[in-house]
Amino acid sequence: MKQSLLPIIAHRMAILCYIVFALFPLFWLLKVSVTPNDLLYSEGVRMWPSRTTFDHYAFVLRHSAFPTFFKNSLIVSASTAVVVTVCASLSGYALSRFSFRAKYWIVALMLLTQMFPLVMLVAPIFKILSPLGLTNSLTGLIIVYSAFNVPFATFLMQSFFDGIPKDLEEAAMIDGATKFTAFRQIILPLTLPGIAATLGFVFTAAWSELLFALMLINGNAAATFPVGLLTFVSKFSVDFGQMMAAGVLALIPAGLFFLLIQRYLVQGLTAGAVKG
Amino acid sequence: MASIEIEKLEKSYGHVSVLHGIDLDIRDGEFIVLVGPSGCGKSTLLRMIAGLEGVSKGEIRIAGNRVNDLHPKDRDIAMVFQSYALYPHMSVAANMSYSLRLRKMAKEKIGVAVASAASKLGLEPLLERRPKALSGGQRQRVAMGRAIVRQPKAFLFDEPLSNLDARLREQMRAEIKKMHGDLKATSIYVTHDQIEAMTLADRIVAMHGGVVQQVGSPLELYDRPANLFVAGFIGSPGMNFLEATYAGGSVKLKDGSGIEARLPTSIQEGSGLTLGIRPEHVVITSDGSGRRAAVELIEPTGFGIILHLSLHGIPFKVFTLDRQALAVRGEIMVSFPPEYIHLFNDEGTRIG
Repeated sequence: MKQSLLPIIAHRMAILCYIVFALFPLFWLLKVSVTPNDLLYSEGVRMWPSRTTFDHYAFVLRHSAFPTFFKNSLIVSASTAVVVTVCASLSGYALSRFSFRAKYWIVALMLLTQMFPLVMLVAPIFKILSPLGLTNSLTGLIIVYSAFNVPFATFLMQSFFDGIPKDLEEAAMIDGATKFTAFRQIILPLTLPGIAATLGFVFTAAWSELLFALMLINGNAAATFPVGLLTFVSKFSVDFGQMMAAGVLALIPAGLFFLLIQRYLVQGLTAGAVKG
Repeated sequence: MASIEIEKLEKSYGHVSVLHGIDLDIRDGEFIVLVGPSGCGKSTLLRMIAGLEGVSKGEIRIAGNRVNDLHPKDRDIAMVFQSYALYPHMSVAANMSYSLRLRKMAKEKIGVAVASAASKLGLEPLLERRPKALSGGQRQRVAMGRAIVRQPKAFLFDEPLSNLDARLREQMRAEIKKMHGDLKATSIYVTHDQIEAMTLADRIVAMHGGVVQQVGSPLELYDRPANLFVAGFIGSPGMNFLEATYAGGSVKLKDGSGIEARLPTSIQEGSGLTLGIRPEHVVITSDGSGRRAAVELIEPTGFGIILHLSLHGIPFKVFTLDRQALAVRGEIMVSFPPEYIHLFNDEGTRIG
């Protein structure tokens, strides 16, 4: 059968448009980060500067507090991702497999927490954390991020557990496993894609969170990188070159992380969607 | 190997009662088939024996010990699931040895046990494969292998063949029967397929609506069904039923014609009856005797021919090996040999 060329071209063009649209901001980030300061305003709008430089990168890495921000972000995001994934695996399993008295209300409550705009909660949370000495501390951030991400991650994990037939655990229990052994040796290995998806989701959410980081942290020592980026904005000028360079650097770990888990992620996000 | 006793067993979910007082004694080494339509409680009963469902009332004893409150892992039984429930992330060998590894058996012993089970089932060349890379029949074998690799007190089968195609089902059915002959293991087998029930069972337990309808050998159930449900469920094509009354010392059909049947001594004048006869026992007569029936449909099965008739406006089936039946048109004459007539009272219970 001879396919007509036109629809194929239209299809590819549509995809191309979408990709350009989605990736253009990233390209602009990269472009500004390699533009020397003297060309930034003098050349007008150009797709690529006539001369490129890596000075901004060198400055950000050597003379700014960026490495500290970066380390803080990594600690906060990774810890949050691990804490949330462990909690969500256990609670997601419980919601998927057990029936208990207050199940309906717990689920409703968890959904409810997802409906509040975060801004509303900043003040009360500050009030709670402050006497505990958890403001201006990475631990405080990890606790807050974990609390906010656990409900959604629980639903995500629950859908993965729902996709695994109950027969498998029952077979394991008849084979001589306790409920927990069956969970650990049979169910958990099969949920790896789901765990990867949850890890990735929570990691990026924590990596790019600004509001709480800004409110709960002051000073550079415990700042994460979204807060750190703001230090490039001073009262009278914005150092766009350095800010963009820092932005590009901040993208690297998130990009690497997704590269590692993308195989699981695609498999995972679709596996939860359709029972099969 | 062990006997299993079930006493006054009940199961309910909230207010919904699904099993009503089941009593059953299963002897050591016996092959029991639980058969019935879907929703009759047969799978629930099996899962209660396995320990996957709790007991609402009554008692289950395996080898004389009450197991009501024991976890599945402590009951020492093996189960083959309808979905096979193979562990997808483990090789065939690992699937089969999982129960032994959980019991911390020595590695060499595990190797020997897996090898012997694999050779029984012809799985040797597949031991390193993952379940994903197996055909349906092979998966079924692995599920069996996982059950026989340790010597459990009993084997439970939950519709193990219903995911296979007809040819493979026939083959596996024979293999299960052969395996039971070799192992002499107490087995409980759940199915809705009456051919599987008839061919495999030492005794069949026919269930309906959470109640045991009849327990007996396959031929007992076929020859002397205890009630209308069993009569209609066992046999294919199903038994024909005709309404009748007992009047003036004989059985009268709806059209008023009398019919010769072996009557029980205690029967009340004027009471309603149901008369049953299996399609294969109906005789097509050519000498003009018998009753007239209109032919509506002819189904050749190769082995024999199923004639769909209409008798007094009631659908009626005849199964015959006579190829000449293929040519019949319009009306034929059929007769019911008295020795093959089953009689049920108006509660559906067998009376003769």
